[in-house]
Amino acid sequence: MAECGASGSGSSGDSLDKSITLPPDEIFRNLENAKRFAIDIGGSLTKLAYYSTVQHKVAKVRSFDHSGKDTERDHEPPYEISVQEEITARLHFIKFENTYIEACLDFIKDHLVNTETKVIQATGGGAYKFKDLIEEKLRLNPWCSGWHFLFRNIPHEAFVYQKDSDPEFRFQTNHPHIFPYLLVNIGSGVSIVKVETEDRFEWVGGSSIGGGTFWGLGALLTKTKKFDELLHLASRGQHSNVDMLVRDVYGGAHQTLGLSGNLIASSFGKSATADQDLPLFFLLAKSLLHMISNDSLDALHSLDRVYFGGFFIRGHPVTMRTITYSINFFSKGEVQALFLRHEGYLGAIGAFLKGAEQDNPNQYSWGENYAGSSGLMSTSPELGPAQRARSGTFDLLEMDRLERPLVNLPLLLDPPSYVPDTVDLTDDALARKYWLTCFEEALDGVVKRAVASQPDSVDAAERAEKFRQKYWNKLQTLRQQPFAYGTLTVRSLLDTREHCLNEFNFPDPYSKVKQRENGVALRCFPGVVRSLDTLGWEERQLALVKGLLAGNVFDWGAKAVSEPWLVDSYSEWLQRLKGPPHKCALIFADNSGIDIILGVFPFVRELLLRGTEVILACNSGPALNDVTHGESLIVAERIAGMDPVVHSALREERLLLVQTGSSSPCLDLSRLDKGLAALVRERGADLVVIEGMGRAVHTNYHAALCCESLKLAVIKNAWLAERLGGRLFSVIFKYEVPAE
Amino acid sequence: MLGEGLATSTAAAEPGRGTKAKAAGGPEGRRQEPLRRRASSASVPAVGASVEGARRDRLGSYSGPTSVSRQRVESLRKKRPQLLLAFISFSLLFPLRLPMSKSFFPWFGLDIGGTLVKLVYFEPKDITAEEEEEEVESLKSIRKYLTSNVAYGSTGIRDVHLELKDLTLCGRKGNLHFIRFPTHDMPAFIQMGRDKNFSSLHTVFCATGGGAYKFEQDFLTIGDLQLCKLDELDCLIKGILYIDSVGFNGRSQCYYFENPADSEKCQKLPFDLKNPYPLLLVNIGSGVSILAVYSKDNYKRVTGTSLGGGTFFGLCCLLTGCTTFEEALEMASRGDSTKVDKLVRDIYGGDYERFGLPGWAVASSFGNMMSKEKREAVSKEDLARATLITITNNIGSIARMCALNENINQVVFVGNFLRINTIAMRLLAYALDYWSKGQLKALFSEHEGYFGAVGALLELLKIP
Repeated sequence: MAECGASGSGSSGDSLDKSITLPPDEIFRNLENAKRFAIDIGGSLTKLAYYSTVQHKVAKVRSFDHSGKDTERDHEPPYEISVQEEITARLHFIKFENTYIEACLDFIKDHLVNTETKVIQATGGGAYKFKDLIEEKLRLNPWCSGWHFLFRNIPHEAFVYQKDSDPEFRFQTNHPHIFPYLLVNIGSGVSIVKVETEDRFEWVGGSSIGGGTFWGLGALLTKTKKFDELLHLASRGQHSNVDMLVRDVYGGAHQTLGLSGNLIASSFGKSATADQDLPLFFLLAKSLLHMISNDSLDALHSLDRVYFGGFFIRGHPVTMRTITYSINFFSKGEVQALFLRHEGYLGAIGAFLKGAEQDNPNQYSWGENYAGSSGLMSTSPELGPAQRARSGTFDLLEMDRLERPLVNLPLLLDPPSYVPDTVDLTDDALARKYWLTCFEEALDGVVKRAVASQPDSVDAAERAEKFRQKYWNKLQTLRQQPFAYGTLTVRSLLDTREHCLNEFNFPDPYSKVKQRENGVALRCFPGVVRSLDTLGWEERQLALVKGLLAGNVFDWGAKAVSEPWLVDSYSEWLQRLKGPPHKCALIFADNSGIDIILGVFPFVRELLLRGTEVILACNSGPALNDVTHGESLIVAERIAGMDPVVHSALREERLLLVQTGSSSPCLDLSRLDKGLAALVRERGADLVVIEGMGRAVHTNYHAALCCESLKLAVIKNAWLAERLGGRLFSVIFKYEVPAE
Repeated sequence: MLGEGLATSTAAAEPGRGTKAKAAGGPEGRRQEPLRRRASSASVPAVGASVEGARRDRLGSYSGPTSVSRQRVESLRKKRPQLLLAFISFSLLFPLRLPMSKSFFPWFGLDIGGTLVKLVYFEPKDITAEEEEEEVESLKSIRKYLTSNVAYGSTGIRDVHLELKDLTLCGRKGNLHFIRFPTHDMPAFIQMGRDKNFSSLHTVFCATGGGAYKFEQDFLTIGDLQLCKLDELDCLIKGILYIDSVGFNGRSQCYYFENPADSEKCQKLPFDLKNPYPLLLVNIGSGVSILAVYSKDNYKRVTGTSLGGGTFFGLCCLLTGCTTFEEALEMASRGDSTKVDKLVRDIYGGDYERFGLPGWAVASSFGNMMSKEKREAVSKEDLARATLITITNNIGSIARMCALNENINQVVFVGNFLRINTIAMRLLAYALDYWSKGQLKALFSEHEGYFGAVGALLELLKIP
């Protein structure tokens, strides 16, 4: 394996690349299980896609058989945890310079087992040069299907580039409707395609003047022969020294004519008269760049969504800046240029999807694996070597197949405008600094917890150390490039941590803690319910809410939380409770232990008693100490054993336990399990309860729903509390009724 | 001084170019008569008086130039060219005062582009004996100079083959001459205007093109000349419609290519533009402007691109070390662009059928130059050819797109990029025909680069 890494790096003349020895297991991961390949050999970059399976350790919970064990019950955990191997599907996409192609293909061939079962799909220019690897010529336009796939599965795929804002990337929330749109693909040449439906598109135009022209001419005219370096030159060059600008032709008078003096009147027009001693190296590159970027505009139709793709863009700020500026200028501000985080992969993804139809990748939902993916601009020449070194010239994207398809929560008021996250850390530099530091400081604790969760494992410490390194690197990348993985949010930071933990086989560091806390809480449940039942109705409602809020500290929670409540619409809620019962409540649970058992379940029980059906949604997979769907089933079963209300509700399906489809401590209401969405529709849910900081404050705080909602949390972070104008342990109790 | 200028520039004329020059009269003593104005109108003396007065005032202001302007003058003086000194002569003669200038010779139209200055000159051939008598000597001499030479200095050239004979303009009969010189000689030209008191007789000058704006201040401060600036697109349209209407000495002004891709069968054939509207006009100068023309006064600029003739020449200079447009074209004629460009077949092994792209189409201009081996295998001629093909194809494809969008099927290509550029014209003709499946026709015009200047002349004469 080391061979490929070494030869790949060594074949480059670039001293920077030479110094990088990438551990090949980071580049071609899971190759031994690879099922099929697609390769997109472009003019300069090769994109390789393969479908593989990953063996993961997952923590499973299983109920004990309690019959005859009652004597020991108080010391027994409520269920057993077993770590099992689970196989999940993963898509690997790798992008590298064509120089590495021979080495890489050799490497792949050497590592393929059962070659006859593997299909190589190829697209893009160079593919036909590698005919022996190709079974079928690809006829379908692969970019589009690649883009549609990403559109469905990566929420912040598209962005606009804004030169003067910090950072320059503004990610767009994917609209539910993608069509129609215009795709401008700037590869070796330029193709402009109008896409009307999934499989109806039209070639609107194109130009042979593209990235290849830039590179070819650049190589002829400067001493620089590498694409990225040419762009690097371009970013420093002053094209006005070579291009004949409008102001060169019109002098200063262009203003009176309403022309911008910086418009290019004739590309390279000045070089005919330019002094040959000029340091043309810098100047030309930029001039070329302008020429190509300006040129691709001529065919733009009046479509408001214009996506730019192709290797030429490659996340280069100078290119995006020029394109954005030109598009904006020529369309008089009507057209906004949109770029894609993974534009370079579209062809490979499309080719892959075409070849992988048997596996129906489009029937599943996929999630970007932050641990295995290089961020945006990981190979950009405009970053210092320090940031570039880690992934070098290899850019990776990995996507995990999720067990269940994800859809919008049907109760969202306006799906296109829904943004899960409350604070955009890409935007808010102060908050970004705070949270990055916060996550850095918490890393030691997470590592310790991970090691402690696997006392029997000999390599736990080693893996935990790798995890630390990986997550630390991600945090450092995000400090430099907060836009690397789309909009940076507390949620994405948390999710990245979970992905990194999983990567090193720490599927559920909190499993033991959760098990213990669930055991303790279950034992308290009967007493808590009894004491609640002794209270008067009004007192009981408050106690139930406080129980939900306090979560981990039931009895003394009321004392611990800070008074007065920071957001307090409790009286409206109480008033509402005096009215008719809700038809069906959808509750998103948070923590294990006391929270779910002594907070949520008594609340659920009260709703059930009022005649409200309850859908209790828990995470599909583990995240921190959040209760998982699996755990919730056992907990419910145990509670049913103690409480006739819950028991009958479960039996009569008035209480339904479902999974969210997520493994995040936060909640994205636009990516929820399809089954959950169907149930919500079927039962006519008219109340949504979201609890906990992750789900109700970091996300969804501003989420607008078309039914009543309750968002509750205790701010357990002094900085955030202060920012929101309160103190540590401030209470958020937000009861919202949609406007008529 | 004037004679000196004439002599210098005449001497500098390239000998090979003057074959068709025709004599405009026998040798005459120059500057023998004092400067005189034509006195054919009662208003003239008054005008003359005011001009004289104004001149004196202005001269006064020049008597003490600031150090800045002196510096500028000095620097311009250093660049004093050998060319076009003769044009100074008309500075002594111009009695023009718009708008009552119709009959005051000489008649000029100027188009100051990004690379070239285009000048059209109307040479009256119906001068009566009385007029002859009245005519100041300098006017005669400039007429003689312009019409008896084909090159002025080292860079000024008269396109003799384009001369329009026996034209009737504003009731006068005469020949229209077409002259060009590089824009970078403009400052020196203005400087000479100052040296020769250009302003003493001529205060308004009809000019179009970006240079009319760029050099306006210089004309005023250095040459003491007020430019009459005209919109270049207005002039272009006016010029092309006029020239098309008068034909080309009995032949058709407009032409097209039959079998443009086949060097054996390719034929240049006249085209009768009897229904000129609607028309897509593609003006390829340094940059490119594309206009949709619906009637004489109804047109719009559809788009443009900065990749034009200037790009071709500029890039060629950088890539091949050539120094003239002619040289660049000559190299291009001997090169093979497919060594430089990446074709569809280089990428797809054949046609890219889904999008109907034939294998021979260029997929990536200069795309082969990404590879070191191929870079080493190409000649300068190949590079020149590829540059030409790249620029031409790009213009063609933009033109096609515009024609499609505007629903216009006749496309006229004009501008000096096309001068002696058969490769580009044939390629445009072929590309337009091929990509439009025969729907679009590429048309060309004999006076390709001069329409703006003609338009300026028409403006001067207030010919609608």
